Amino acid sequence: MNFIRERIDAIKKPFGKGQKWERFAPAVNAFDTFLFVPNHTTQKGAHIRDGVDLKRTMVTVIIALLPAFIYGVYNTGYQYFIQSGLAFTFWDAMLHGALKIMPMVAVSYGVGLAIEFAFAVYRGHEVNEGYLVTGLLVPMIMPVDIPLWMVGLSVAFAVFIAKEAFGGTGMNILNPALTARAFAFFAYPTYMSGNKVWVSEASNVDGISGETVLGSLAAGNDVSYSMFEMFAGAIPGSIAETSTLWVLVGAAILILTGVGSWRIMVGGVLGAAVTAFLFNLWGANALMSFDWTNHLIVGGFAFGVVFMATDPVSAAQTTKGKWIYGLLVGAFCILIRVFNPAYPEGVMLAILLMNVFAPTIDHYVVEGNIKRRKKRLNATLIPTT
Amino acid sequence: MSADITLRKGLTIPMSGIADLNISSADSADNYVIYPSDFHGVVPKMLLKEGETVLQGQPIFYSKANPEIKFVSPVSGTLTKIERGAKRRIMALSITSDGEHKAVVHKLANLDELCAADVRKHLLESGCWPFIKQRPYDVIADPSSTPKAIFISGFNTAPLAADVPFLLSSQKEDFQNGINALAKLAPKVHLSVDASSASFLTEVSNAELHRIKGQHPAGNVGVQVHHIDPVNAGETVWVVGPADVARIGAFFSTGIFDASQMVAVVGPVVKSPTYFKSRIGAAVAPLLKKAGINADGQIRVINGDSLSGAATHADGNLGFYNNTLTVLAEGNRFRMFGWLPFAGSKIFSMSRTSLSWLLPKRTYALDTNMNGEERALVVTGEMEQVLPMDIFPMQLLKECMVQNIEKMEGLGIYEVAPEDFALVDYASTSKIEAQSIIREALDLMIKEVG
Repeated sequence: MNFIRERIDAIKKPFGKGQKWERFAPAVNAFDTFLFVPNHTTQKGAHIRDGVDLKRTMVTVIIALLPAFIYGVYNTGYQYFIQSGLAFTFWDAMLHGALKIMPMVAVSYGVGLAIEFAFAVYRGHEVNEGYLVTGLLVPMIMPVDIPLWMVGLSVAFAVFIAKEAFGGTGMNILNPALTARAFAFFAYPTYMSGNKVWVSEASNVDGISGETVLGSLAAGNDVSYSMFEMFAGAIPGSIAETSTLWVLVGAAILILTGVGSWRIMVGGVLGAAVTAFLFNLWGANALMSFDWTNHLIVGGFAFGVVFMATDPVSAAQTTKGKWIYGLLVGAFCILIRVFNPAYPEGVMLAILLMNVFAPTIDHYVVEGNIKRRKKRLNATLIPTT
Repeated sequence: MSADITLRKGLTIPMSGIADLNISSADSADNYVIYPSDFHGVVPKMLLKEGETVLQGQPIFYSKANPEIKFVSPVSGTLTKIERGAKRRIMALSITSDGEHKAVVHKLANLDELCAADVRKHLLESGCWPFIKQRPYDVIADPSSTPKAIFISGFNTAPLAADVPFLLSSQKEDFQNGINALAKLAPKVHLSVDASSASFLTEVSNAELHRIKGQHPAGNVGVQVHHIDPVNAGETVWVVGPADVARIGAFFSTGIFDASQMVAVVGPVVKSPTYFKSRIGAAVAPLLKKAGINADGQIRVINGDSLSGAATHADGNLGFYNNTLTVLAEGNRFRMFGWLPFAGSKIFSMSRTSLSWLLPKRTYALDTNMNGEERALVVTGEMEQVLPMDIFPMQLLKECMVQNIEKMEGLGIYEVAPEDFALVDYASTSKIEAQSIIREALDLMIKEVG
């Protein structure tokens, strides 16, 4: 270990203070801090610090994402083989999925991290770890057959416009991963919706037609999957959002570690359940009468609420605000599903919409605190006579 | 004992090296030091020159902004050195003790017969005034202000902090006397005690008793003020440390500035953490030698607790206010892949990204490593988790950073002190320096609002 450390210190020398390559230090530091937690000690303030840092937090989120991701890889292959009627083993499905998805992951990380590094050097701050999660999320919420250049372009748009234009990590209004998806959704709708994009090779092989559950419902067709299939995730959809089961495993990791906000998750589920239940009572069309419990397990709802709505930067930041934000994400998701046939899935737009309103929610929660304080002050100013 | 106030937020940091409830004796060195940096915002004006002799309790300097506030010598001897830093700022005043403890004796009438103005005058004359601090701003109290109440916290929840009832166990009468004196200065004196343990403090008279239950920072006086009688704009409360209440009490019964100071020497690298009877400004080396240090590399010696204390060094001296001397190992080492979550349980973390939460009874040898680097503020909710006040810490910190005075007022800047944000420093994933942000904001308020 000492040997590696010495080698790194030698490599880093030209990037040191006052040296030739000082400007590029953030790029080198980013790699160094991945190998070693730095030897920095506290200089002011508290002399001891918690073991947690942003890297640890973000890596915990990635660990929470992995079950859904791995299942997504498998399901990509599974859907392909099932639909094309070929015999296959578990590993065939995994291999097919991996060959499709790993290039997307590579493009997403490559493009996104390149921009992040460039901005870190340009602005002279260290590289933030936020993109580690975004970079994995982007391919997870895309249709499997989307061309790689579209992935790259969406990522570039998201990182430039949604994140760095607002000042970088911690400052963005919109969730970058969802912005990438929204960009692709509106720029290349034929690649992002319909019944030919959700299963691998669907547009090339005639026999394959994979419609999502919500897509069928919006088109007025019946759902041909059992509730368990929808829960376990053996259905067509964006790469890693289909399995509510594995998303729940991720949710458990996030909640148990305290990394993800359980309030937003619970709020989201409550909001969606109540809204969907009310529509069940109304029951004017197929989506309205679609059972409220099924609403919770199909489409990207579970994935969105667990992994996207809980993004701490773009979500509400106050405790009360998180409840309101979560409830509204759930409610709007169902509203969009039910009322807008152009968007069979509402969770992406619901979260983006609430991202925009999160600062407003927080504003009123914080304003409440300020008013309480003013009221207390006024109470002391009233003459006692 | 039932609690009047139960605080559910906060964090007890399970650090190893808590002091045994024993008093050890150590040799005393004859070098004593007063650090003016202990008195935030005070610009010292010297009353003595280098080489002059001084008595215990004799003023050495006064505050430039408020000449009534005098700072006195803890021992009799010679003022040997005035150490100056940049811009001739006074960094340290060294006094060599003559070992005789010749003291200035003030002639006082019986405390019962003194009026508020007398008490105030005696406290200022004797050098006891700096022990009274005020909220807002967490500075030495302005003698011309009238507080709406005086608050005393009878327990300390900071990691490894000295046990207050134990500190006071031989000074019960002095403590009561101190309360009686302070009670003359304000309409009300509030004393908070730990609801989870019984002590003589519950029998103290002349003060309103509050039983408080909760994790750190429940013992912080600022948190207690917030829940008992919060500070509004324009109001002032005074706060006094429990050991200093006894010191004030001792002064009113003897007429002598009592410079004795009981100190708990604690920390993961201390071999036998224990209490010592020492004096304000005494050299720490004899205490460290007696308690024993068990560290391979460098150590950090802290006047106060590990969250909000001030760093000194192994041949430095005790501070003016602290009853705790914490010794930590310097964490200047690299840890390969140290950021991996769930990889080992030896790192303590409030979040459950380390498996340490499965071992609730374990204590940890924490050191001064940052455990990461500064990053943008991403994680939300963690600051709220460690601040048991009706205050939005992140929003307040952000307004402090942009110096928006109106918003700072609205969000409760008058109710906070840097030490209340010590756990925010500790817990922050993004490693922000909350205490110094709050300190700078309070200084700005002093300048702009006064």
